Amino acid sequence: MATTTTAPSRAAEVAAKPEAKRINAGRIAAWVAMIILILITLFPFYWMLRTALSTSKSLFSDPTSLMPVDFTWGAFKRVLGLSTPVQAIAEGGSGAAVNFWLFLRNSIVYATLTTAGQVFFSALAAYAFARLRWPGRDKVFFIFLTALMIPPIFVALPNFILIKNLGLLNTFPGLILPYFFMTPFAIFFLRQFFLGISKEIEEAAKLDGAGHWLIFFRIILPMSWAPIITLFILTFITQWNEYFWPLLVGSNDKTRVLTVALGVFRSQTPQGSPDWAGLMAAVLVAALPILILFFAFAKKIVNSIGFSGMK
Amino acid sequence: MTTDTVEPVVAADYKSGIRGTDRPPGRGDLGMALIFILPALIGFLVFYVYPFFRGFYFSLTRYNLLGTPHYIGFDNFTKLFQDKLFWNALVVTVEYVVINIVLQTILAVAIAVLMHRLTQSTVVRGLILLPFLISNVIAAMLWFWLLDYQIGLVNEFIAAIGLNKIAFFGDAAWAIPTIAVVNVWRHMGYTALLVFAGLQTIPGYVYEAAAVDGSTEWKSFWRITLPLLRPILALVLVITVTGSFQVFDTVAVTTRGGPGNASRVMQYYIYQKGFTEGQFGYASALSVILFIILAAVALFQLRILRAGESDLA
Repeated sequence: MATTTTAPSRAAEVAAKPEAKRINAGRIAAWVAMIILILITLFPFYWMLRTALSTSKSLFSDPTSLMPVDFTWGAFKRVLGLSTPVQAIAEGGSGAAVNFWLFLRNSIVYATLTTAGQVFFSALAAYAFARLRWPGRDKVFFIFLTALMIPPIFVALPNFILIKNLGLLNTFPGLILPYFFMTPFAIFFLRQFFLGISKEIEEAAKLDGAGHWLIFFRIILPMSWAPIITLFILTFITQWNEYFWPLLVGSNDKTRVLTVALGVFRSQTPQGSPDWAGLMAAVLVAALPILILFFAFAKKIVNSIGFSGMK
Repeated sequence: MTTDTVEPVVAADYKSGIRGTDRPPGRGDLGMALIFILPALIGFLVFYVYPFFRGFYFSLTRYNLLGTPHYIGFDNFTKLFQDKLFWNALVVTVEYVVINIVLQTILAVAIAVLMHRLTQSTVVRGLILLPFLISNVIAAMLWFWLLDYQIGLVNEFIAAIGLNKIAFFGDAAWAIPTIAVVNVWRHMGYTALLVFAGLQTIPGYVYEAAAVDGSTEWKSFWRITLPLLRPILALVLVITVTGSFQVFDTVAVTTRGGPGNASRVMQYYIYQKGFTEGQFGYASALSVILFIILAAVALFQLRILRAGESDLA
């Protein structure tokens, strides 16, 4: 690839002092390639914002302007249900009521509860796999891990039947239960960290008469807060973005989450002239909680993606 | 920062397999252990083990979701092998996987090597990761707009340089490549970070020794980086290929299988059979086939790429 061919020779770099890296044609070309890749990554996000701040009908007159066309907050107001149907139709919206706040609430409930349950119960199990002695422990752990090989859709079909037979379709318990107790990945992830905690502290606590519950809550959990928060964020993002399962189980307004609602919203837009500003505003608002979470915990998220990030 | 210690711990222990603490397992904590793993065990048995076997059972039944499943032996499978739409779904899915994985792997390795060589900045890694954090649904809708035939930015650009506009999602020949590229955009940063973590396991002295012997950066990439990256790349490929075979969200939001059957990928076909047409037994048979394909592909990859062995002796 052009990007690596032109980089400076290793010998030159070894010879140069680390703080004064050689500037030459190769390095510049490599940076240019890097910047192009970053632009390809980021520009669509800007275009999302630019479109959301435009007036839908005016987009046709100037499809390439880098700035919003006919600037307005109208699209956001439409999505958030703050504009009247008349206003909405005038700006190119459908005028139909959008239950954005309800879907937002549903997404928050679904993602928060699944994440909380999954991380907590997985932590309990990980403790038993990492710190307790019992026969068959490593065999059971291995069996748990093999579940990583099962494609989600393969168990999603029978799980749908189970949830249906339990009468839990279109309820939060139905949405949440399959993800609530564990994932093999969460147990695997936490077990790695629990294994790394020094045994001496635990032994000392035992001498003082502390039981396993006390050790778990007072020693293991506080000492592993960093990986636990990382796992929490990663799981929350995964659940927030989940589409297939909520599509199957949560299809009425009361339980419909944002991803599913966006899909419906998109399929309802007229073929001829979709409300692009409205669609982009909706998409942006739906992504916002994750973007905020990301900017708050960027370093944690980025650093957690190594071999731990494989799921 | 405590977070900086996250990666090495996991990476180091990953290789040591699944063995636990060094203490020999005794009977000691069995009662306590049962209590600790009970919730996870219930979740595992009810939502993984039970549906796993039940999935195979449903594939041997006729089941329209309303009544009870009716055992019919291997009829679904005989029907399946004569179903043109099944073979179409398989071909379309493989086409998607090939385009998606080839592009994504090349770009991810390029990004990872560039980052490794140019900057260790967390900000750059964060920016590269950004598309992965939004959902497939959002990425699909965003590109549906960028690639719109009438006033999408990409088509405006194509028209501006004097070419014919392309109906990216509406043209049978373009639908699958388009969906594949949209998902490359979403996943390449994440894959790059996995590869990047792999690059960091290659010790610097290997490069220094090569440099002393007069190796150029280009030669070092092919003779050192790629061979030493192989076990990690193999694991990354198993993950990305398995994921890629299960493409659904993007299709469901944009083309819904069309135009015609041009983008009716496996998982979308399963979904339609099971939930739109109410042929749940048949859908289960399809998902058994998908599962077998995925397991075979994963085993084949691990064998071919010798994922378990490292050349770094």
